[in-house]
Amino acid sequence: MMDILNALTVLINFTVIPALTYGSQLALGAIFVTLIYAVLRFANFATGDMMSFGTMFAVLLTYYFQTIGINFGFLPTALLTIPFAIIAMIIYMLLIDKFVFSYYRIKKSPPVQFAMVSVGVMFVTQAIIRIIIGPSDRRFIDGEKFILKANEFKEITGLNEGITLKSSQAITVILTLIIVSIMFWFLNKTKTGKSMRAYSDNEDLALLSGIDPKKVVMITWIIAGILATIGGVLYGLDKSYRPFVYFNNMLPIFAAAIVGGIGNPFGAFLGGYVIAFAEIFLTYAYKRFMSYLLPESLEPDSLLQLLSTDYKFAISFSILVIVLLVRPSGIFKGKTL
Amino acid sequence: MRNYSNVIAAYSIMLILIILVGIFQSWSIALTIMNYCLISAVMTIGANIQWGYAGLINFGIMGYTALGGLAVVLVSVDPVKKAWQVGGLNILACILIIVAMVITVRYLLNHFKKSKIRNYSIALIVIGGILVLNVTATPGIEAIEAIDPAKTGFLGGLGMPVLFSWIVGGLFAAGLAFVIGKIALGLRADYLAIATLLIAEIVVSIIKHEEWLARGVKNVIGLKRPAPYEIDLQTSDWFINLVEKFHSKKLSLISSATEKQEALNQMVIEASSVYVKLCFTGLFLTVVVILLIVTQKALYSPWGRKMRAIRDNEEAASAMGKNIVKEHLLIFVLGSAVVGLAGAMMVTNDGLFTPGSYRPMRYTFVIWVMVIVGGTGNNFGAILGGFVVWFLWVEAAPIALFLINLFTSHMPETHALRVHLIESASYFRFLVIGIGLLMIMRYRPKGIIPEKIIKQ
Repeated sequence: MMDILNALTVLINFTVIPALTYGSQLALGAIFVTLIYAVLRFANFATGDMMSFGTMFAVLLTYYFQTIGINFGFLPTALLTIPFAIIAMIIYMLLIDKFVFSYYRIKKSPPVQFAMVSVGVMFVTQAIIRIIIGPSDRRFIDGEKFILKANEFKEITGLNEGITLKSSQAITVILTLIIVSIMFWFLNKTKTGKSMRAYSDNEDLALLSGIDPKKVVMITWIIAGILATIGGVLYGLDKSYRPFVYFNNMLPIFAAAIVGGIGNPFGAFLGGYVIAFAEIFLTYAYKRFMSYLLPESLEPDSLLQLLSTDYKFAISFSILVIVLLVRPSGIFKGKTL
Repeated sequence: MRNYSNVIAAYSIMLILIILVGIFQSWSIALTIMNYCLISAVMTIGANIQWGYAGLINFGIMGYTALGGLAVVLVSVDPVKKAWQVGGLNILACILIIVAMVITVRYLLNHFKKSKIRNYSIALIVIGGILVLNVTATPGIEAIEAIDPAKTGFLGGLGMPVLFSWIVGGLFAAGLAFVIGKIALGLRADYLAIATLLIAEIVVSIIKHEEWLARGVKNVIGLKRPAPYEIDLQTSDWFINLVEKFHSKKLSLISSATEKQEALNQMVIEASSVYVKLCFTGLFLTVVVILLIVTQKALYSPWGRKMRAIRDNEEAASAMGKNIVKEHLLIFVLGSAVVGLAGAMMVTNDGLFTPGSYRPMRYTFVIWVMVIVGGTGNNFGAILGGFVVWFLWVEAAPIALFLINLFTSHMPETHALRVHLIESASYFRFLVIGIGLLMIMRYRPKGIIPEKIIKQ
């Protein structure tokens, strides 16, 4: 019995908690991609860099707050800066929309052209970020680092293995759940949310019933800005802030959005966790886990790792390819809000 | 002739710009830029075949480039005999297992009806195959990687001439494109873009982490060259004499013999690097010209017209009895092969293969910007795009530095803003490229040299 509990503890500590955290971060990004896809109808290749842009403000403001002595008790100061970062992000997004995307929307350009334009936005955003903050690696988490340390857990339960819970992990999961539930409530229950869904479902019909397209587009960018900034800050708190990494994160985020059915926010939400769990479960070395479950004579010599951690990204992309082959519309039917 | 006046003007401006770099910076830099422009031009020809002729969006250019580079290593490097002795059998067995897996899966797909049992058995074969592969490969890979890991630790290549590897690079890329095309070409445009982007990422991560294949992130250096080496040139008499003749006027101004010898040595070193680069330029120029003639002929042949018809109206072309799936696959393979060739050319030019340097920004998105800026569907435009964008990509930093110094000259040397801006001068290239792309897409959506359709 003790062995089984020990084995489970190992599994939770090294796979479930990191996967939940990483999945939440991906989920926020994937909902961002999916929202833009559903309402504005294009694949936004500037996703990663937009998240990075919002995070940049949070990082800079955190440094500023630290110098003037404001802090958030045991929570990271970055959480205090999120509202300001969101405002900056939304202003940037609305400016981009006004000067870049709206022209093509009015012209009703094909989605491919939108995607190419978003590549241009990606270049510009990346340049602005690197010119302002530079490409280096930054850690900006402060306050209490751990909620639960492995030693404390061992003392409380008397097990051989411990569970470590970083505060950034707990904050990520809780904040994600709050934000996502508010968003779903907004989309399903409020009038504005319903008008967004109607617009995404059938643009012409929505226009006929008196929905203002400008307002829908604006609300979409505002929600997108909130999601992008929070997703980015949470990722930065948990790992670290580095512009190049954010650009690369675009790829698993796309994978999550498509796996969940692009255009479907709930699918994107779950898609994030599917990708995260697959990545971590397939690259985890099960040696320690099995050593508790198997009798000593059978104890494995090798690491019992299905794939080396180098292939972490490749796994999510392979899942994507399989989903595209077997069920192109994603696990949950996509293309409507 | 009038039709071509804008083409000629654009290319002359480009040439003058490169010559200006030669005068203001150095001829060595100018030739480096020129060589990379030519390589980029080959890549854009490939991308233009897919996007401009057939409207296929392929964000996987990085993957084909990397495969082309891999081909150079696998063909031109001398084989590591010891590695073959200890692990060659395992690797060959693995290849056989993979082939067997593919054949059985294909057999199942073709000879049985779609059912749950079929799906499960395919999944079982794939998973079982991967497990067997793991067991067979691991000892071999470990043995190979243990052999002199600082220098080799990989199987090496075939020891063949490097020019041959350019063709192999094209074939490798074509093979990959065939597989991807079979999987992904049925997808809608933006799905296809994302899928190819991610598949390219998988390809690069395999090349990066399978060290027995091409040393992975440990890089392969000192690859063969189709051009002479600088060291050999510097010691050969004919070359020194040539340099002496070339610079005879300058040399005659110097009176003392020792100084003359020193000046000559300096000139020989400089001239040798320029000479090697000129050799590469000649080679690349030949490739670009051949490709340009072939693609231009293809574009205005019945086949090219068919491609345009498919691009502009798939349903109508399909109604006329054109096999769209087949044609799309063909053009996907052809375009990718050209990109693979460019990848091999690039690695040959650098003389080293660095899998860690393959990033989507540089090898996919910049190439796409080149095609869009230059002119989709027009080969002259695509090549010009390669030149213009690569030139900006390289020269943006020095130009930005110059402008920053100009505008901040009233500030003191240590002013925080000035120091910060000067430090980040190299990132202005992203800004230039991004704004350039947005401007072109907005005000000249068909590119600098738009597509021209000759009506017959």
